[in-house]
Amino acid sequence: MLRRKKLLFDGPLMIGLITLSFLGLFVIYSASGENFSVMVRQGIRLGIGWVVMILVAQISPETIKRFSPHLFIVGVVVLILVLLVGVVAKGAQRWLDLGIFRFQPSELMKLALPMMVAWLMTRDKLPPTFAIILLALVLTAIPTGLVVIQPDLGTGIMLAASGLLVIFLAGIRWRHLMMMLATVAAVAPFLWSQLHDYHRQRILTLFDPWADPMGSGYQTIQAQIAIGSAGIWGKGWLQGSQSHLEFIPERSTDFIFAVFAEEFGLVGVLILIVLYLFIAGRCLAMAYQTKETYSRLLIGALALTFFFYLFVNLGMVSGILPIVGVPLPLVSYGGTSMLTLMAAFGIMMGTHSRRRLMT
Amino acid sequence: MVSRSRMGQAPGEDAMVRQRLKLAGIIALILAAILLARLYSLQVSQYARYQTLSLDNHIRLQALSPVRGLILDRNGVVLAQNTAVYALKVTPERVLDMDLMLAEVGQIVDLSDREILAFKQRSSRRPGFKKQLLKTQLDDAEAAKFAVNEYRFPGVTLEAVLHRDYPFAELTAHFLGYVGRISEKDQNRLEEEKYKGISHTGKSGIEKQYERALVGSTGFEEVEIDAHGRTLRTISREGAIPGDNLRLTIDIELQREARRALGASRGAVVAMDPSNGEVLAMVSNPSFDPNLFVDGIDHATYSALRSLKDKPFLNRALHGRYAPGSTIKPIFAEVVIEEGIDPEESVFCPGWYMLPGSTRQYRCWKKTGHGRVDLHAAIEQSCDVYFYEMGKRLGIGQMSGVLKKFGLGSQSGVDLPGEPDGLVPSAEWKLATRNEPWYPGEDLITAIGQGFLMTTPLQLARVASILANRGSVVQPRLLMSKNDPLSGEPEELNNKKNTRNLHINTEAMDRVIRAMTAVMSSPRGTARMSGRRSAYSIAGKTGTAQVIAIAQGEEYDEDSLKEEFRDHALFIAFAPVENPKIAIAVVVENGGSGAGVAAPVARKVLDHFFLKALERA
Repeated sequence: MLRRKKLLFDGPLMIGLITLSFLGLFVIYSASGENFSVMVRQGIRLGIGWVVMILVAQISPETIKRFSPHLFIVGVVVLILVLLVGVVAKGAQRWLDLGIFRFQPSELMKLALPMMVAWLMTRDKLPPTFAIILLALVLTAIPTGLVVIQPDLGTGIMLAASGLLVIFLAGIRWRHLMMMLATVAAVAPFLWSQLHDYHRQRILTLFDPWADPMGSGYQTIQAQIAIGSAGIWGKGWLQGSQSHLEFIPERSTDFIFAVFAEEFGLVGVLILIVLYLFIAGRCLAMAYQTKETYSRLLIGALALTFFFYLFVNLGMVSGILPIVGVPLPLVSYGGTSMLTLMAAFGIMMGTHSRRRLMT
Repeated sequence: MVSRSRMGQAPGEDAMVRQRLKLAGIIALILAAILLARLYSLQVSQYARYQTLSLDNHIRLQALSPVRGLILDRNGVVLAQNTAVYALKVTPERVLDMDLMLAEVGQIVDLSDREILAFKQRSSRRPGFKKQLLKTQLDDAEAAKFAVNEYRFPGVTLEAVLHRDYPFAELTAHFLGYVGRISEKDQNRLEEEKYKGISHTGKSGIEKQYERALVGSTGFEEVEIDAHGRTLRTISREGAIPGDNLRLTIDIELQREARRALGASRGAVVAMDPSNGEVLAMVSNPSFDPNLFVDGIDHATYSALRSLKDKPFLNRALHGRYAPGSTIKPIFAEVVIEEGIDPEESVFCPGWYMLPGSTRQYRCWKKTGHGRVDLHAAIEQSCDVYFYEMGKRLGIGQMSGVLKKFGLGSQSGVDLPGEPDGLVPSAEWKLATRNEPWYPGEDLITAIGQGFLMTTPLQLARVASILANRGSVVQPRLLMSKNDPLSGEPEELNNKKNTRNLHINTEAMDRVIRAMTAVMSSPRGTARMSGRRSAYSIAGKTGTAQVIAIAQGEEYDEDSLKEEFRDHALFIAFAPVENPKIAIAVVVENGGSGAGVAAPVARKVLDHFFLKALERA
């Protein structure tokens, strides 16, 4: 039994996150054109994120599991609401204006969806039956679809990934997995035809950015020049010409990795990737040690989604994946996605630090 | 199915999920390896290539602002144009000592505190080697003086920019609207991609309504820059595409005449072509100078204008809500006939009316009474008692039905942003909004266009058009054609499809129009003074709408009343009766009587319209 109320957290994970946060602030300062107030604002967001993480860590895994379906239903409802009455910002309808603050419902779903699928999986014995898998796929498809039509392809992909990862961890049979992949391959041409023109253009650009260097290939080329021209040691902090002469578009947000790589070179990149691997690895270890299947699935999926973020972001900035709007976790400028991420870490920590108290 | 405890496990599950976790971890490591391989390839294998590219990377893409489309009146007179002005722009990061620079520049050109403050706010919000406006509309002498001294001020440049200009200023302010700098609020509304290099957007009126057509598309040029980001030369350019020129249905001469006829009075005039809904004039008085808004109006001027009692920003023609008064009587006359009440049947008017079982007196505007009046005389002389009686017989259900049929209580669909509905009351409406039943007395006051009923001058002009058309409804509009400035091809807009017929009984229509003609021309017509010696035939109806209720047994005495409590004067008309070319509605706030104040305004506008037509023929 829990005798005294003590804060629950995980030391190694905290150290990883703190290191990454401070690193992020330095990069933001450079990417924003040495704008101190931008850095301070990001610092405040991080601070709020830390508070959220600690608070979420205090919620018991039983509570999280019990309320998974509720949260999921609320999430779907607000996603529908945002399509009906949402605020249009930069051509996409993603925000719900709540008067005091604006709220991006797709962020809530990033937690609610893996929670829901994990809940569904653990209602019965694992590995899941074909029917359960189908149901889980439908549950994943609903919020993903709602987000993609906003349109926000990047977040949609991340949502789909989080749901699919739970299904994978739950031990989906290989033949079922093969069937899924075959189905995806079969409907791919249809999906292609449903994509926005600019998404299609981005995918085509990937194969040959130099076909249109001043048009659709511009972003990719400029980011690659920034990364490539850094060499092993980089140009030094605040010395990146590509970012400071504004050749890199969206350099504070989705393309911030190009700024980092230009100034810190391959050595910096190596350190950054190791840092992310350390955080994701620590979380996977926590999932491994957890005693209970729901938590294990949820933590595992959240940890892998976190890593998947890094992969997609670095992939698109370095030109091996099409450009979809996915930020670099904990480093890119912006508020809501950081809060979600910190809440996710809160869930993981809370569950893990209770493992000795349960069973 | 095996039931499980809530947080329980099935044996074997643990091992399997752990297996999957390991597998996923391995996949993650493989993905990380792929990333590292890619980055190694970029940063080590291809380092030389990318380093060269980076050093040679002197080419920057710059947005070229498109020229905003012109707005012309129906005869091609320019209502909104773009004029070249000199502007001072500053790249804050390149200025060594900002305060010193501002002080020194201030000795060459006149910099107000307001301009300096606005500049400082703008530049603190947007970092990153972006030019910020310091001062616009420098005069030639200032521009020349600065050009000589430009070398002293690194980071400050003199540029020729296009500036939106409204030559008719106050005369066109309300319907045309104005452009202003794109605000943070606009940024959320507009597509970022499309607005690169564009600083202004339509904020109201036609400028807002047709923003998409007017704005054009941004062009791009590749320029070579040096290591400090300075532009050296242009390499290639893809020109911007100018916005469409818009031709409006407004006749600026008629607009000017209507404004002149209103004089200093607060009020509105809307004139339209009843056959197609083209709005010929749309005046709201008083007005304001839209040019003040183009580069941002200062706070003091804005709040001063805003707090004026006369509300110059209000487009009364579109947004003003007025009780229509007796101008509504022709509509009720039409339903009286359609309902089978004999138009020859007369009602005795002693100067007042009482509901059976009540002692409350409802007055006719003519204290001594009209004597026996039939429908024709009731319109001609605007007898209130006749319409009280008809209001009692019809009831609110019938009345609100016909009002809605004539387009009241709903938007006319005019191509201007933010059109209000107005209000047609009904028993259900009153119960729902005020939680009160509908009283019989309210039938009476509704029948003379008072009470809850609220209309806009544009709606009244449409009512006049519907009467002119003998029952067909047109959608008012201000855009005549869009003109692509490159191809020169005009895109004519056909408004015929928005026409629909109300199928009003011809005989009813004839009678009503005959009576409205008598209003202007018979010796007892209320607007006979305004119909006098007219070379063309006019059908009209006067209206006087109470602003405050006069207590029982009290007199309305115009002189003793404060101006803001005096009656609104209204008038609707169309001409020529046989083949209507123009329909008009006039509202003069607190003007007094419709016949005495509003009808003469309309007559002046009509005279101008037909005189010009004669000249042109």
